[in-house]
Amino acid sequence: MKKNIEIRWHGRGGQGAKTAALLLADVAFNTGMHVQGFPEYGPERMGAPITAYNRIGDSPIRVHSNIYNPDYVVVVDETLLHSVDVTKGLSKDGAIVINTTKEKDEIIPLLNGYEGKVYIIDARKVSMATLGKYFPNSPMLAAIVKVAHIMDEEVFLSQMEASYQHKFAKKPEVIEGNMNALKMAFEEVK
Amino acid sequence: MSIRERMSGNEAVAYAIKQINPDVMPAFPITPSTEIPQMVSTYIANGEMDTEFIPVESEHSSMSATMGASAAGARALTATSSCGLAYMWELLYVAASDRLPLVLALVNRALTGPININCDHSDSMGARDSGWIQIYAENNQEAYDNFIQSFRISEHPDVMLPFMACQDGFITSHAVENIELIEDDKVKAFVGDYNPENYLLNADMPMAIGPYATSPFYMETKMNQRLAMKNAKKVILEVAEEFEKISGRKYGFFEEYKLEDAEIAIVIMGSAAGTTKDAIDALRDKGIKAGLLKIRVFRPFPGEEIAEALKNVKAVAILDRAESFSACGGPVGSEVKAALYDAKVGVTAVNYFYGIGGRDYTVESATSVFEDLMKIADGSMEPEQFKYVGLRK
Repeated sequence: MKKNIEIRWHGRGGQGAKTAALLLADVAFNTGMHVQGFPEYGPERMGAPITAYNRIGDSPIRVHSNIYNPDYVVVVDETLLHSVDVTKGLSKDGAIVINTTKEKDEIIPLLNGYEGKVYIIDARKVSMATLGKYFPNSPMLAAIVKVAHIMDEEVFLSQMEASYQHKFAKKPEVIEGNMNALKMAFEEVK
Repeated sequence: MSIRERMSGNEAVAYAIKQINPDVMPAFPITPSTEIPQMVSTYIANGEMDTEFIPVESEHSSMSATMGASAAGARALTATSSCGLAYMWELLYVAASDRLPLVLALVNRALTGPININCDHSDSMGARDSGWIQIYAENNQEAYDNFIQSFRISEHPDVMLPFMACQDGFITSHAVENIELIEDDKVKAFVGDYNPENYLLNADMPMAIGPYATSPFYMETKMNQRLAMKNAKKVILEVAEEFEKISGRKYGFFEEYKLEDAEIAIVIMGSAAGTTKDAIDALRDKGIKAGLLKIRVFRPFPGEEIAEALKNVKAVAILDRAESFSACGGPVGSEVKAALYDAKVGVTAVNYFYGIGGRDYTVESATSVFEDLMKIADGSMEPEQFKYVGLRK
């Protein structure tokens, strides 16, 4: 049995980390996979640290617990690096993707000695350039799809276009911007 | 062909309600079941179903209105969680003794103190003696499948009892997972129309519902409720058999997972069962004969059948997701042990507690219970009762 990919998202309430985890579950489902997407619930409020999770794979998923040893971690807000142990339990064969304006050599010392691969992306720059507003979840979604090789980039883009057409049926003017955010994020993650 | 979809447990129940299209749904929101009435009212607003939705000011009223509608002759349901169920309390007993075949979508959540919104079974376990049928789901698929079977069981002339369809709050209610839906026409044909024999709005046969019962009559009504609950056992299996024909999915009182040759076993209900199965597969890879009995139907309680299924194991752990504070066992543990005693099954049984107030139950949690059972089975450890699994040191 091939092991399912496990992903943990760290964000702040209101940034869309939960939505991104559910969108990732959606798009993986649409390409025929078995998926789980769920947030960790508690007394949430805007700006407080939140965690969301994905399990994605080729076989049915039975386990119903949080994820303690993820293959990948996505950090939607770099200020969390100071307050949350984002690399806790993270597989060193996996990777972490961080939304930051800093360079890698400035970020790595903040990761508690994490030995795996570190990827960075300036999701604010991508979002402002393509949407004119700060919505980090679309760029971060594209970044994790690329880093974790969850699916072919072209397949991802066509699935996301269909998903946005459904989601934004009443405001189609934002679809192009979101699609550009995904494409630009593929180029910007490094 | 079934419909491949992805949905949360709440979405799955709301979708089942849309397909059933009942006559009346009164509801008052409470976390984590709020999405169910929210989604149903959206379906109604969009013209996808024509259920009469009644927004009320409390759960006491939502249950009262559901009972009123059911007594009038309508197919009625509602949804709630935790304190919402507690606020329905007196009416739960009335609905059962009035023999009203209504359905409650219960999304299990701890009954507060300290305040907590996460999953445990303390809400429904408190209501276990109220006279309702209670069926528990492991995942979104079972939440959907159980709901579709609910009215068929509840409305059966030999049963006529209210039905609580339970799923684990947040763990399944808010997790998006793959699901196989059944086509509308098949669901509608399966559920069928509701044609009550007796109902308040039948002008040709006036009747009273919920009158005073003096002592010379009261015990007989209770005996009739018990007979109905006993009949429910037969009906639950008949409905499951029919359901398998339209879905391909098999249901019974409980699910046995690798139990046939198991030497050690866990008995558990709800979403933790899937996590336990992953632990069992890993142990089986090491040659350890571990198994699972997942209780689906808690009311009526299939005691004889459970005892029969456990008779060959050497040690069993019954895991409760609710305290009873008897200091002598939890609700599932006490009933399973009583069943083993009555059937003269001499298996060593321990009763542990887990997942209370949303404490995460992981594959490692299940494995730690099996490790205890291995030691109990080979005699190297004395059975210790009423342990809390995952308690912080």
